[in-house]
Amino acid sequence: MTAKQLSVFIENRHGRLGEVLNVLRKNDVNIISMSLADTTEYGLLRLIVNNPESGREALLAEGYSSMLTDVLVIKIPHKAGSLQEILQIISDKNVSIEYMYGLSIEGEDASVVMKTNDLELACDVLKKNNIDTLTAKELSNH
Amino acid sequence: MIWNKEIETMSREDMTNLQSERLVKLVKYVYDNVEFYRKKMDAVGVKPEDIKDIKDIVKLPFTTKNDLRDNYPFGLFAVPHSDIVRIHASSGTTGKATVVGYTKADIDIWSECVARCFSMANVDKDDIVQIAYGYGLFTGGLGAHYGVEKVGAMVVPMSTGNSKKLTTMMVDFGATAIACTPSYLLHISEVLRDEDLLDKIKLKSAICGAEPWTEKMRHEIETRLNIKAHDIYGLSEVMGPGVACDCEYHEGLHICEDHFYPEIIDSATLEPVADGETGELVFTTLTKQGLPLIRYRTKDLTSISHDTCKCGRTSARISRFKGRSDDMLIIRGVNVFPSQVEAALIEVEEVTPHYMMIVDRVNNLDTLEIQVEIDSKYYTDEIKGIEKLTKKITHVIQQALGLSAKIKLVGPNTLQRSEGKAVHVIDNRKLY
Repeated sequence: MTAKQLSVFIENRHGRLGEVLNVLRKNDVNIISMSLADTTEYGLLRLIVNNPESGREALLAEGYSSMLTDVLVIKIPHKAGSLQEILQIISDKNVSIEYMYGLSIEGEDASVVMKTNDLELACDVLKKNNIDTLTAKELSNH
Repeated sequence: MIWNKEIETMSREDMTNLQSERLVKLVKYVYDNVEFYRKKMDAVGVKPEDIKDIKDIVKLPFTTKNDLRDNYPFGLFAVPHSDIVRIHASSGTTGKATVVGYTKADIDIWSECVARCFSMANVDKDDIVQIAYGYGLFTGGLGAHYGVEKVGAMVVPMSTGNSKKLTTMMVDFGATAIACTPSYLLHISEVLRDEDLLDKIKLKSAICGAEPWTEKMRHEIETRLNIKAHDIYGLSEVMGPGVACDCEYHEGLHICEDHFYPEIIDSATLEPVADGETGELVFTTLTKQGLPLIRYRTKDLTSISHDTCKCGRTSARISRFKGRSDDMLIIRGVNVFPSQVEAALIEVEEVTPHYMMIVDRVNNLDTLEIQVEIDSKYYTDEIKGIEKLTKKITHVIQQALGLSAKIKLVGPNTLQRSEGKAVHVIDNRKLY
């Protein structure tokens, strides 16, 4: 029930993000969602792509520091309070969120990408509460 | 004001005779007391009796910083430990310190030399002198301290690190002179300006050293503080501060050449160069007992003049330094070799050993930024992981250099690779 996130270390330099995106483009890797965490010195680009493995290979071949991380992609109904409810469920089990960002694909629901400090427990909690997640396989169709 | 008229205005002939007499004694002394020199002289087939006057010095082999390191800590000392009364140390190329030792007589001579230098800066017993060099293993603080006591002035041993206290006491005590690094003094001048204290100080002279600086910087200091600033030179291996200093005419630094015999050589051929030509400065300590040095290569590039100065001193003068013959940097008074950074980074597995050191002077203080390439095999997708890595490298570098540096992580393969000799340093300070 997890998905693979591709992340890349990018130092703050003019044009650097474009270079990374160009590597993905050349290798036909489609970006479904992204988040860019920035600091004064560098940024961390986190991506949900249709083919994370080939994305990572391409980036490594071009000498970028990148990695794959297991994350949860959780479907959230377009309804006030729905995200809060899910977070409450997770929080009650003492699972913490490391980072989170939105993901939008066609369909009725919105989604969030979430990395927690305890993936197994988080999966367990979500499953028990019948909360829908998207898998790597489902995402690969985009 | 000339502290030791007899020596400092001695005729060239008398000085040469004095140096000859001292060299002959020195060579016999080191041959008898230091195995390292005995072996080195035997290896080139030179006996103490072959050295008859100062001209014969060229027959003797050179000594380098590596020799001091190889004989760490006390291997080159010429006296038993019971005769050593003080130790100082400076950083070496691999993090191992270069240790120097002084007998009571050495300290007296050192104080005499420092007294001559401070007299060039017009400091006398009526002065109140703040010494804002670091006290401790570094020769700056205690070296200047003993010299100023010898002059008879009132010493205020500030050491470094508390600018606010320094400026307060400068005003409250009515300090008339200060000894510190030139960049620190510029910083102090800004603190004084910001606190509106510039018209409350009684400072008239500054004796600055321990790092290279330019004429422009001297003028800047003099204008900002309305004082006279002097350049004092020294290195711990030879003695410490007080080996040479410039007088009120600022036309080169007068060497205490009755104690430290200077030569200028071509770094490649090791042959002497003529007066006025640039080469590497080499010193022989003519009178030192604890750690005598024969033809010690300083790696500092300069030229020498033996003309009599307008101030009346006849002592040899070296020009402002024109650079170094090795890749050593002096940052905030600390000797730094790029190889130290490389050695430190090799121990950090998350980064490659590619790096670039960027040295600058911001608000008159030296800054060091080290750009380090993150290894493409290193994985983290969290900011805190990278912050942790940055902290780790900062710590490793601090341990290796004894100096804090700003670490900037950059992506793999982004630092310039060069064929042949790699460029690891960008020095934007323009000191030479």
